[in-house]
Amino acid sequence: MDRETPEAQAHPIVVRDLAKRFGPVVAVDHISFAVPRGSVTGLLGGNGAGKTTTIAMLMGLLTPTAGEVRVLGRDMTHERHLVLDRVNFESPYVEMPLRLTVRQNLTIFGRLYGVPDLKGRIAELAEELALGDFLDRPSGKLSAGQKTRVALAKALVNRPDVLLLDEPTASLDPDTADWVRSHLERYRGERDTTILLASHNMPEVERLCDNVIMMKTGRIVDEGSPSGLITRYGRQNMEDVFLDVARGRRTGQLAESG
Amino acid sequence: MTRASLRRIFALVLRYWYLLQGSWPRIVDLVYWPTVQMLMWGFLQVYLAEKSSAMALAGGTFIGSVLLWDILFRGQIGFSVSFLEEMWSRNLANLMMTPLRVWEFIAALMVMSVIRLAIGFVPVSLMAIAFFGFNLWGLGIALAAFFANLIVTSWAIGLIASGVVLRNGLGAEALVWSIPFLLLPLACVYYPVEVLPAWLQPLSLALPPTHVFEGMRTLILEQRFDAGEMLWAAGLNAVCFAAAVAAFVAFLKSSRRAGSLLQLGE
Repeated sequence: MDRETPEAQAHPIVVRDLAKRFGPVVAVDHISFAVPRGSVTGLLGGNGAGKTTTIAMLMGLLTPTAGEVRVLGRDMTHERHLVLDRVNFESPYVEMPLRLTVRQNLTIFGRLYGVPDLKGRIAELAEELALGDFLDRPSGKLSAGQKTRVALAKALVNRPDVLLLDEPTASLDPDTADWVRSHLERYRGERDTTILLASHNMPEVERLCDNVIMMKTGRIVDEGSPSGLITRYGRQNMEDVFLDVARGRRTGQLAESG
Repeated sequence: MTRASLRRIFALVLRYWYLLQGSWPRIVDLVYWPTVQMLMWGFLQVYLAEKSSAMALAGGTFIGSVLLWDILFRGQIGFSVSFLEEMWSRNLANLMMTPLRVWEFIAALMVMSVIRLAIGFVPVSLMAIAFFGFNLWGLGIALAAFFANLIVTSWAIGLIASGVVLRNGLGAEALVWSIPFLLLPLACVYYPVEVLPAWLQPLSLALPPTHVFEGMRTLILEQRFDAGEMLWAAGLNAVCFAAAVAAFVAFLKSSRRAGSLLQLGE
């Protein structure tokens, strides 16, 4: 295993002065944050706020225009290959090969990540995520809920220390979404995994996140615990806080308006 | 090469193998066109040989050219289509998030290019013996030299075509199929270099496959293996392959800057 600095041990994800421009468009505008080990941090914001761009830079899929992303102490622009076996991600917008069966897909990703006793790990995941009924069915013939469970199995196949989730429960029915959240809570509790979660689902954020980063037009406009933000904005829930932030109503204005 | 690298290359080869074995149309496609090509050119040669004493002397050069061209063309398609499978299935971001290194990805595509080529080429070369009495395998060590040079050229073209698609999306997919045909007239597949205008000959001789096809004609018509031609081809291939790898890496870096790894549509 890689030797980590004390900073990397305390904060497996560190973002410093990160910026991304696409021509004249500023997608991410010099943001900085650090995610404590074993915590779940929510990255919130409306469409175009810069969440997906930020996560893409965290994954090393997008090169920053300026600034630095460190995951487990490594610079994700130049050294990502040193930590990628300890990182994974899930997004409903990135598919796995549809013609391959679930078992074949998990076998391939397990091998790519160098998972020991891969057959045992797949059996374990099949049990934990209830994949048994469709393990040998092509991934393309699964329902949305089943696909999400398979994507989650892929994200957990290497028992990651850092997990990046981009709207993991998007387009799921409430029952399946609740099931996925319960599994993530259990996994985080068991392995002290650091999770960064981009979501538009505010009840999900309230339930899962220890800390929330609110983004708007590429900038961080506020951050804190869900309960702290709700109190500070004088609201009942994160949904209302989100609307206040999205519509530019800050805590000071709220206090003044009573 | 470490064991971990080999394991990742094997994992990716396994991924393409699963895809092939589960899809009979993909297998048929590998054999269908090479068979059609070989039969068409083979019968044409039989006809021309009956009508022309020069063509009778040319012996099996047409069928030999067809089969060697197929190594070049199918090798490149085998490389690029395996890459396109990742684009079509929107799986590239998944792969790029694993510890897979770029050179391991390229190595897996090279292995698959040989596997896909073998599936089409072996039965078609046997059919050439059955239909026209042309035994490419009888060329022995020369065939190995021809094959090695052509397959390396095919990988170089495959790398550039895949890099262009990676950077520009599936809208550039047509290039994968059309780029190799640029070589068809310039590499003198069916005729000697002297047929070209004098000003075009240096360009032709700068292409590695030209030396292979010249070497094949020398072998069939003069029963002489021209090692010099093969060395020229190998040297030019080393330059072309290194340039193609550099181009692919540059396209990948450019994709990372532009964000096209996440937007893999048209």
